[in-house]
Amino acid sequence: MKRPLRRLASLFVLALLLPMAAMAQEQGLEIDIVGGNASALPIAVVPMPYQGSGAAPATDVAGVVRADLDRSGQFRGLPERDMVERPTRGGEVNYPTWRLLKQDFLVVGRVVDAGDGGYRVEYELFDVAKQQRLLGFAMTARANAMRDVAHQISDAIYEKILGVRGAFWTRIAYVTASGVGNASRYALMVADADGYNPQTVVRSGESLLSPAWSPDGRKLAYVSFERGNSSIYIQDISSGARELVAAFRGINSGPAFSPDGRSLAMTLSKGGNPEIYVMDLGSKALRQLTNQMGIDTAAVWSPDGGSLYFMSDRGGRPQIYQVSANGGGATRVSFEGSYNADPSVSYDGKKIAVAQGNGNNYRIAMLDRSLGSPRWSTLSPGSLDESPSFAPNASMVLYAAREGSRGVLYAVSADARVRQRLVLADGDVREPAWGPYRQQR
Amino acid sequence: MNATTRILITALMCTAAVACSKKVKEVPPPMDTGTTAPVTETAPPTAGMYGPGDLDTDACLRQRVVYFDYDQDALRPEFQSAMACHAKYLRDRPSSRMTLEGNADERGSREYNLGLGERRGNAVSSALQANGGSGSQITVVSYGEERPTCTASNEDCWAKNRRVEIVYTEK
Repeated sequence: MKRPLRRLASLFVLALLLPMAAMAQEQGLEIDIVGGNASALPIAVVPMPYQGSGAAPATDVAGVVRADLDRSGQFRGLPERDMVERPTRGGEVNYPTWRLLKQDFLVVGRVVDAGDGGYRVEYELFDVAKQQRLLGFAMTARANAMRDVAHQISDAIYEKILGVRGAFWTRIAYVTASGVGNASRYALMVADADGYNPQTVVRSGESLLSPAWSPDGRKLAYVSFERGNSSIYIQDISSGARELVAAFRGINSGPAFSPDGRSLAMTLSKGGNPEIYVMDLGSKALRQLTNQMGIDTAAVWSPDGGSLYFMSDRGGRPQIYQVSANGGGATRVSFEGSYNADPSVSYDGKKIAVAQGNGNNYRIAMLDRSLGSPRWSTLSPGSLDESPSFAPNASMVLYAAREGSRGVLYAVSADARVRQRLVLADGDVREPAWGPYRQQR
Repeated sequence: MNATTRILITALMCTAAVACSKKVKEVPPPMDTGTTAPVTETAPPTAGMYGPGDLDTDACLRQRVVYFDYDQDALRPEFQSAMACHAKYLRDRPSSRMTLEGNADERGSREYNLGLGERRGNAVSSALQANGGSGSQITVVSYGEERPTCTASNEDCWAKNRRVEIVYTEK
């Protein structure tokens, strides 16, 4: 298991370095994969050659799909060198070959011209044991959107086999930091979920933190110290237009869009103590949800918008609490671990990922309430892990960790078996936030 | 008032006082002497007063960083004298203003650490006000764990980062 993954990882890094050599150092994330899952489903994604008459696309579509499925921890892609046959369409598939290679599933396809300089990817998914075609689709795209097409193919395969919507065609936001003291430089970045196509959203000489996606994936709310004190901005990702929404005396932090996108939860200490507020983004009116001695912060919404989870040390140590979106009393949710922080809630509201501290060891832990009694599991090895963020299908959790004195990101499968590391060549990467599903435009 | 005069006055006061060993120019808070004895003025208005130059020269005033224990916002006893002299400076110079910059070490949630930094800033603010400083001269800002002075992940470094920095914005 290890070897093919490592090979894949080096392929990944190579593929990444080439197009990014010209970009600024703050932009490129390097990726590798740690660990493996013996019970992952074997799948062969056969190379999809270009059969058109023009220039071949720069993107290796099958390679992107294979990497996506591998990263999920649910699949184990057959290495390309072990593919003794290279069918490109259903009629060329010789099932005994793939049974012999112990593959459960097979993906074949090809890339042809679509006119206007675009490409058309035709692909099919087969169940090897049943000798049955499960999917057969064609997708058209411009050359610069071929990775998007590949991720959408991965999503379709993932959903067909596992019955869960794929989250490969999504984006992540994160903050990069380099330099120290007055030479510190920060950037709020957005990239594909696999780290490709990084785009700078904000640059600042002061710290940036807590990016939060709008439900439509078009905006980010974040905290900036550019005014000397913390303040909250909302910025349109593609146009760059931004709006200052909170710059009160004291702390302005922890923004979180409501599921309908109309409100923004936040932490304000303008009343003397950090409390959770909800701002109506139309009228800018504020409602105070909590009013308790102690630090209340890091609020996130339940998927139905009816309540919010947040962390509070009202009981002495930081723990996770839940409060109705209409205010009122809060109930404690976490009862294991002396320090539970930074909650992230899964799309179905049943799982909560947190940064769990125990002495000097901080790990990512997950509270699963889908079964009868709440069950905890540990997702990261620790020691200074923080800021967990669920993928929109809850299959993976993105979080920040420290290695030596630098910050790195990990994406770990929800069963904790496979971890993917995202590293910046020079500097820190931190404060990850997994964006919502993308929509065809 | 120039430095020579000030030193002279201080020296005179020291001679007059029974025990005046402290280098810190603290004016003792007015004592509750009961109902009979009238309270007398402790010193002439200009005597023993701090001036902006003292911020660079006075050993106590030069102490502008207050350190905290892990996850704590309680002021350690060793910083009491610094609280007293900075409070006196605020009293002596009503036009002066300070910002208290609260900081935390890197462990745990950045959001929570913003709260912790603010708590520490408030603790210093309260101590200054308890010593007679005016709240209107003090602004608290929290940087959480965003402005470390030391970036290694060990206790030495963390202890240096758990701090409140006293920054005079108006001297």
